[in-house]
Amino acid sequence: MEIRQIQEVLEAQMIVGEDSLDKDVHSACGSDMMSDVLAYVKDQAVLLTGLVNAQVIRTAQMMDMICVVFVRSKQPTADMVELAQEAGITLMSTKKRMYEACGLLYASGLGNGAGA
Amino acid sequence: MSEEALRFHFDVDGDDFTSAGQASVQVKKLLRELGVSTDVIRRVSIAMYEGEINMVIHAGGGKADVIVDETAVTIVLTDEGPGIPNIAQAMQEGYSTAPDNVRSLGFGAGMGLPNMKRYTDHMEIESQLGQGTVITMRVDL
Ligand SMILES: Nc1ncnc2c1ncn2[C@@H]1O[C@H](COP(=O)(O)OP(=O)(O)OP(=O)(O)O)[C@@H](O)[C@H]1O
Ligand SMILES: [Mg+2]
Repeated sequence: MEIRQIQEVLEAQMIVGEDSLDKDVHSACGSDMMSDVLAYVKDQAVLLTGLVNAQVIRTAQMMDMICVVFVRSKQPTADMVELAQEAGITLMSTKKRMYEACGLLYASGLGNGAGA
Repeated sequence: MSEEALRFHFDVDGDDFTSAGQASVQVKKLLRELGVSTDVIRRVSIAMYEGEINMVIHAGGGKADVIVDETAVTIVLTDEGPGIPNIAQAMQEGYSTAPDNVRSLGFGAGMGLPNMKRYTDHMEIESQLGQGTVITMRVDL
């Protein structure tokens, strides 16, 4: 799935990384605990989260993720946008809640990368 | 014949949660420039990032030294924090003394130390109560 489709499925607002919309991603994960993302995630390219602080971007960067979606209309701070820009990470924000956002993406064919 | 090891030093500010992880980001860039494999880079990045966050959350900051030689990347994290009273307990998944405010920042699941061990080929913790902690991790190339 292209990042563009994620934006469409979630009716998300683009924040930064418009130029990466045609990048291909194969799996995603959702969590508000960066500890868990660092411990359990493997090769997921997209992070859905309701957490807003700079460590969300650094965690994504350390895990080589390329897109972060903020749920429940959360908006990243200017610092976070700058960090994401430097790291080449696309940011977007959706009104949908975590459960629905994950469900919609999963139903559209974006799995969690397990047993694929 | 053998090339000299490359050494990098970073100070990790303990007063600023926002800047935690900056050293790990820089190391990631440096390793990429050195042409290290993506797998090794990711393992080093995650292990060092967890360690850096720990120094900020639990020890009021510290220092990070990264040594790259022909065979491995070695990360040495040194702090002058409270020390770890029971290392075996701290190494258990889920054990955390992090306060609620840390948890609301997305950390404090007690996964960092076991994660650091899992992602590296060797890890050693030396800790003195009231004096500090030194964690040495090695990822083989
Ligand atoms: N540098 C340190 N100085 C003092 N205590 C530490 C240090 N690093 C870890 N600890 C202690 O070990 C415990 C376990 O650390 P670990 O990194 O596994 O979990 P955590 O930091 O509490 O949560 P998480 O890493 O999942 O965000 C900590 O809660 C803390 O009590
Ligand atoms: Mg930790």
